Amino acid sequence: MKLETEVDQHVSTSHDVVLRARNVTVEYGGEMPTRAVRNVSIDLRRGEILGIAGESGCGKSTLAFALTRLLRPPATMVGGTVEFLPSSGGAPIDLMALGPRELRAFRWSKISMVFQAAMNSLNPVTSLRRQFSDMFLAHDPSMTSDECEQRSCELLEMVGIKSERLNGFAFELSGGMRQRVGIAMALALRPEVVIMDEPTTALDVVVQRDILEEIFGIREQLGFSIIFITHDLPMLVEVSDRLAIMYAGEIVETAPSTLIGDDPAHPYTMGLQNSCPDLRGERAPLVGIPGSPPDLRFRIKGCSFAPRCAFAFAPCHEVHPLLTTPMGSVRGVVDAGNPSLVKIRPSSVDRLAVDEWRVACHLHDALPSEAEMSHDSEEVAVTGVERS
Amino acid sequence: MKYFIRKLGFYLVALWGAVTINFFLPRLIPGNPAEALMSRMALNGSAPPGEYKILLRLFGLDKGNIVTQYWSYLVQISHFNFGVSATQFPTPVTSIIYHSLPWTLMLIGTSTVLSFVIGTGLGALAGWKRNRFLDAIVPATTFLTATPYFWLALLFLYFFGVINHFFPLNGAYDPTLNPTWNWTFVSSAIQHAFLPGLTLVVAQLGGWLLSMRNMTLTTLSEDFVWTAEAKGIAPRRILLGYAARNAILPSVTGFAISLGFVVSGSIVMEMVFSYQGIGYQLLQAVQGDDYSLMQGIFFFISLAVLLANLMVDLLYGFIDPRTRQAR
Amino acid sequence: MTTFAQTVGTSSPTSGSKRIRSRIRNGWGTLRRSPRMFTGVIIIALFVLVAIYGALFVHDANSFGAPILRGPSLHYPLGTTQLGQNVLSQLIGSTGPTLEVGFGAGLIATFLAVAIGIGGAFIGGKSDELLNVFTNIILVIPVMPLVIVVASVLKAGGIGPMILVIAFTSWAGTARILRSLTLSMRSRDYILASKVSGEKTWRVVIVELLPNTVAFVVSGFIFTVIFAILTQAGLAFLGVGNTSALTWGNMLYWAQNDGVLQVGGWWWFVPPGLCIAMLGTGLALINFGLDEMLNPRLRSLRPVRTVSHEFDGESAGN
Repeated sequence: MKLETEVDQHVSTSHDVVLRARNVTVEYGGEMPTRAVRNVSIDLRRGEILGIAGESGCGKSTLAFALTRLLRPPATMVGGTVEFLPSSGGAPIDLMALGPRELRAFRWSKISMVFQAAMNSLNPVTSLRRQFSDMFLAHDPSMTSDECEQRSCELLEMVGIKSERLNGFAFELSGGMRQRVGIAMALALRPEVVIMDEPTTALDVVVQRDILEEIFGIREQLGFSIIFITHDLPMLVEVSDRLAIMYAGEIVETAPSTLIGDDPAHPYTMGLQNSCPDLRGERAPLVGIPGSPPDLRFRIKGCSFAPRCAFAFAPCHEVHPLLTTPMGSVRGVVDAGNPSLVKIRPSSVDRLAVDEWRVACHLHDALPSEAEMSHDSEEVAVTGVERS
Repeated sequence: MKYFIRKLGFYLVALWGAVTINFFLPRLIPGNPAEALMSRMALNGSAPPGEYKILLRLFGLDKGNIVTQYWSYLVQISHFNFGVSATQFPTPVTSIIYHSLPWTLMLIGTSTVLSFVIGTGLGALAGWKRNRFLDAIVPATTFLTATPYFWLALLFLYFFGVINHFFPLNGAYDPTLNPTWNWTFVSSAIQHAFLPGLTLVVAQLGGWLLSMRNMTLTTLSEDFVWTAEAKGIAPRRILLGYAARNAILPSVTGFAISLGFVVSGSIVMEMVFSYQGIGYQLLQAVQGDDYSLMQGIFFFISLAVLLANLMVDLLYGFIDPRTRQAR
Repeated sequence: MTTFAQTVGTSSPTSGSKRIRSRIRNGWGTLRRSPRMFTGVIIIALFVLVAIYGALFVHDANSFGAPILRGPSLHYPLGTTQLGQNVLSQLIGSTGPTLEVGFGAGLIATFLAVAIGIGGAFIGGKSDELLNVFTNIILVIPVMPLVIVVASVLKAGGIGPMILVIAFTSWAGTARILRSLTLSMRSRDYILASKVSGEKTWRVVIVELLPNTVAFVVSGFIFTVIFAILTQAGLAFLGVGNTSALTWGNMLYWAQNDGVLQVGGWWWFVPPGLCIAMLGTGLALINFGLDEMLNPRLRSLRPVRTVSHEFDGESAGN
């Protein structure tokens, strides 16, 4: 799905960060607490689209809510900081330190969210007009009702909904239209960051495309950053500047999206890639990822993906890999024709040269082995790799 | 619009149902109801003269088969002609009802509305605040809901009437006064209505509190409430406009249904206080085998409850715009 | 749009018997965790025990001969009535008949509600519409006046007719709830799946549908029992039905009749009402627990373990 809107205008080469999260850890309380987000650090740069991908239950939405301080009990943030750096300059705002009133003022005007299934994010019994004005008045009590109406109509037109709908109710709109209203609301106060949690998952493909084009068109005008969360990897690769892959509550790889699609470093990302059939390519057997994600109620020793990883070797079960720059230029691939074979071959991308690439995998944190160095560009079939 | 018409239609059908049940009630007595009644009345003292003819006419037994009887019964009802009371001969039934129904309506009307408002208000708060104290009074209110109204009435009567003499023990107003709109009378009426009203309010409060609390808790975890919080909307506005506004809907429906039950409970309670409402009259009628009065009272109670239900349903149609969805 | 093979398991209703077994396991867990429901069960159990074994511990409830209208004393823990009866014996002796009426009417009414509510909704179509209108009519017509008139007309006393009359006037509320529940379940996938695979309708209803409605049926049953007991007490208090039967309602009738208030015999009318209220409360508490079981958000606040040492030392290279 190629989008018409060019996104490269906003690929920031500067590292002007607007949202900075460090060591964020979130737990769901209960008889056996579940650690859903584990020690996640991530930067969102001004004007960029950061995609977060991963399977259901990996913690993407929880992370998003943690970043905006929207966690609901029993979820609590048990560690880490989140800082917002306003574009107007000035001191970074520590989100966790905000008091209730400041938080309310901050919310939505600086960071807003488009929720998954926004159909349910609208109050079923009050008119849309009322809901818009509630939002406006909460942040600027001096607005008159005329002003509210005018702004609301503008917003509706911006997302392609007739402004007559303002007097109507949520149930009068279709799913796609409600999603658009959700987007209109999210953009109403011109925030600097918009977090979109699976904004198109509940919609059919045609409407999806429309809405995405809508979103990016508006972004052209207003220039905000987006954190885009979904499990649809191919869509994300098309749409975002940078990509972060989450697994079992941790970020296991981040890289520019154009590069990661070609040659992912982490075996999990490879698995994700391989699970998506190419619409136009040759027919090939679908290879999934065997096994299941780990139980997040327990401490995980070593790499969380190791039990399912085709390339797992000794350190993977003992030492937890850190998210760092990939040192080696190796790349592993599963032989589709003979799945018990694991091939190692040099990467087609020199990841070291890409300063934004990070991966949490032991395959990439040591120098290439003897086998690699002697067989430069040939494929080498090994069943596991020995590292000293 | 369709919604309103549908509701109106339903209540008309229900009224017809009530009227038909009313028609069959005296016929449950084996044999000729008029004769049976005459013999019962004779046991209690002689029956008033001409009563037999009246009874026959009332029950339509002087007509032909049951269909014509039913028809003439319907005609009578539409003229609000319920005949003459046997126990309070020769007062017409409608006149007795006219003097007693308003008392009951006033009492029940005020107390149900009050207990609904207080109960749902506290319930919304209990669901919103989620603190230990409010959670703890829930069992207490549960206990109250399980209490029979009349027993509670006895307790209050005992405590406030017999032991403390704060409130009068019986009647709807001081019997020495004449019903007029002066302050003496009205204050006496209020004094007499206080204990029964208190009983009704206290007994029903728990139910509203509990259901509103539960509904509020459920609503608060809905996505749109969360979205409203995310938008930075003030908590009070969220409670009123988003949470309570949605949570109260089932209670409104429940209110309509509960009206029938409240009437039932208050009938017994009126007896405890000898409060001369329509329930009191019904009981007197039952004890005296006064069938014409019974039929009349049953009709008017049904009519009142159905009307109240209709009003509440119409109100619901206003506050929940989803009912205006085209079907 | 693609989705991946591994998704976190969701709990969707599966086959009936598995559901029942896991429900029972869940139920026991909830019982232990919900103090309210536990209390309710204890209370009801106590009453049932008293009903069954009470007669062994007290003298004949109907015997006269005790001193008239004495307050609580060692020999007569709850005092005596105007007619020289032992209040405590009466109280205990009434437990059985009261429970009989309550549970009897509750059973019959619930059975009617299930048949009409679930059955009607499942069959659908015109018959469902008709039944629905019928249910709503019964629901809005005021019960007590009807019951009073009917009960007085059927002056033949006895507990049987009383149970029937109460049952026939109280099934409508539960029926309505069950109907909307069934309507929402009818279109769920697992029902459609069983129908498509050729399972007979009655089997689908019994094996797939009913187990998932059990909690609501039980809740409705409990409500009806409370209602039946209250109604029966009210009727007895009014002198309708057999006034010499031994029920708490009748005790209150005689207390009122003999002018207990004027002479201040509180020990006579307070205990029976208290028993009714306690029984009702016990049942309501069980209902409460059921609510919590069905809707976890309603559970009482419990302190949440936010600092778990389970994860100490994890990550950052342990």
